[in-house]
Amino acid sequence: MTAQASHPFPLPAGQNPVLLISNVTKTFAARQWLLARSQPPVRAVDDVSLELRQGETLGLVGETGSGKSTLGRLVLRLINPTSGTIRFDETDITKLSLADVRRMRSRMQMVFQDPFGSLDPRMTVRSLVLEPMIVHGYPRSEINGRAETTMRQVGLDPQLADRYPHEFSGGQRQRIGIARAMVLDPKLLVLDEPVSALDVSIQAQILNLLRDIQRRTNIAYLFIAHDLAVVRHISNRVAVMYLGRIVETGPRDALYGNPRHPYTVSLLSAVPVPDPARERTRKRVALYGEIGSGNAVPSGCRFHPRCFRARLVGAKGAVPTVTASDATLPANCVHVNPELKPIGGGHSAACHYPDEVPAQA
Amino acid sequence: MTATSTQAAPSPGLAPAGGPVLDIRNLSTQFPGEDGPVTVVSDVSISVSAGETLAVVGESGSGKTVTFLSSLGLVAKPGRVTGGQVLLEGTDLLKLPQGELRRLRGQRISMVFQDPLSGLNPVFTIGDQIVEVLRAHRRMSFRSAREESIRLLARVHIPDPQRRIDDYPHQFSGGMRQRALIAMAIALAPKVLIADEPTTALDVTVQAQILELLTELRDDTGMALVLITHDLGLVARYAHRVCVMYGGRIAELGALDDVFTAPRHPYTISLFRSIPHLDTPPEAELTPIEGQPPNPAALPPGCAFEPRCFQARGRNDCKTIVPPRFATTKPAHLSACHHWRELGDLSIQT
Repeated sequence: MTAQASHPFPLPAGQNPVLLISNVTKTFAARQWLLARSQPPVRAVDDVSLELRQGETLGLVGETGSGKSTLGRLVLRLINPTSGTIRFDETDITKLSLADVRRMRSRMQMVFQDPFGSLDPRMTVRSLVLEPMIVHGYPRSEINGRAETTMRQVGLDPQLADRYPHEFSGGQRQRIGIARAMVLDPKLLVLDEPVSALDVSIQAQILNLLRDIQRRTNIAYLFIAHDLAVVRHISNRVAVMYLGRIVETGPRDALYGNPRHPYTVSLLSAVPVPDPARERTRKRVALYGEIGSGNAVPSGCRFHPRCFRARLVGAKGAVPTVTASDATLPANCVHVNPELKPIGGGHSAACHYPDEVPAQA
Repeated sequence: MTATSTQAAPSPGLAPAGGPVLDIRNLSTQFPGEDGPVTVVSDVSISVSAGETLAVVGESGSGKTVTFLSSLGLVAKPGRVTGGQVLLEGTDLLKLPQGELRRLRGQRISMVFQDPLSGLNPVFTIGDQIVEVLRAHRRMSFRSAREESIRLLARVHIPDPQRRIDDYPHQFSGGMRQRALIAMAIALAPKVLIADEPTTALDVTVQAQILELLTELRDDTGMALVLITHDLGLVARYAHRVCVMYGGRIAELGALDDVFTAPRHPYTISLFRSIPHLDTPPEAELTPIEGQPPNPAALPPGCAFEPRCFQARGRNDCKTIVPPRFATTKPAHLSACHHWRELGDLSIQT
């Protein structure tokens, strides 16, 4: 399974993806207690392949513990992968020296969730916005005036450049965070839950700003979030993660309109829509239990203990079954880890039974 | 969850009959500020009936949480309630002495908070903490309190409650901690349960499970449920009535279907337009609400929403007169907008 195969449209000749993640795995050593038996390492990200192109937004969704933030940190090489390669702008960043990674990072930046914790309270907006340029050694002549132009780009009044973060609201602080990321004119922005800490009336301001910036600069976004409606709004393609694996990926409309992995189906059905009439008729898929932890990943398909589809297929009895998780489940769900297989139109799902689609509302 | 693959939608948006269990009348709460007292809850009147779910919607600083903390006498000093009544089955909670109020809290009315970790004491087991609630309010032997605790954990669908009762909070997942807190909140069979953003810290699949649980408990016990949230989807799925708060006041109040299909306050309409929904065309531009949420210490003299309102357009009454609550086309559908008549039945879903 190559990352390219998961993209719905052929890439024009001579153009390469900005970001190409191939078979990346990240394991963390489990905490070692004195005299305790050693624990197996936690696989936070498990054999993930993805690609991202210029001007494109890839939404990465998943619940707490799915590994989506770890993947974002791997992309910026804030942490090193255990195996696999990450090519940014045709350079394998996993092989670079730390000095080279730092240079590379001027073209790939991150925006964090917390607009309160991520800005130094003792720095003015001007110095916050210019700090990345100074760190990356830009000459004075280039730095002059950049704070004001960048602030204008993100919808902040340049006259406020000498104020401190505490004088700004949450939405404005997130604009400062985006200004810091944009001042170096990067090709890729990793956004980790950029709007989830903001008031609902402010989220739209930031989402619209991100869209405008992308239209203007053709920047690529890796947009990590748990809010499926927000991700749908901003993304061209979407990847769904579950316990470290991509379980489904595809163009936005295919994935939201015709989800094929049972986890995606249940995630989407769990999100209520603000329309009482529709809510009354909508069928909902209940999940069994909660997401496990990375240090006890279930055998076979890691979703099988919570999967409604495995129970349906198991109950039909047309395939060999075993008893697991207090249910009769297909043997392959319990024993064989499903690969992320293309199912047409750039849409892929890691399910043994992607065609078993339950009645949908 | 014992569910098969699909579940029916919960009870439709009709409020059950019967008088209010909790009736908040003209409640106001102030905190001292640098330049005199700051009113964070202003003249709020709202009630909830047995078996009903009332959703209270608003952004941070809208006063939605403080309204209910004030009602329970839980507003932190130096904040204080400056006026109004909070009638719980006819008894004014604001007039009760502290000891009496403490007895009623938990027994007749209780509250579940957003963060399930800080609501639990990390050095006691889950069982200790439920037993403590039971024994503080009821004369119960330790043994029967423990049995009751196991029954309560089973009631909130904690698997294997006989064993899990001796777990410490850190051994529970976020969703299970919230279930444990709900078990504590319902331990004394209250008439009113106030759930303040009970699922904001939880994942979406767990959120659904918790709200299904709260709805199930409401149906089984006939208690009134107040759901404080900012998620309009949750409101549409679980509430009978909606109260939209802005700047410490009620902006709009009415039956779910009325408020969601024919909103009569510009703030409600703007909220719908500013949020991406799963079923709107994805290319549709969001219309953000310009400006910032109001600062309670510096509210405009007229309508708090006026500076951000598409409808006000600099009109003098909006700028100078705090709008009273107007009954709209339906008497139970209230709006605090001078110009609610100009808001057509526009389709807010697309």
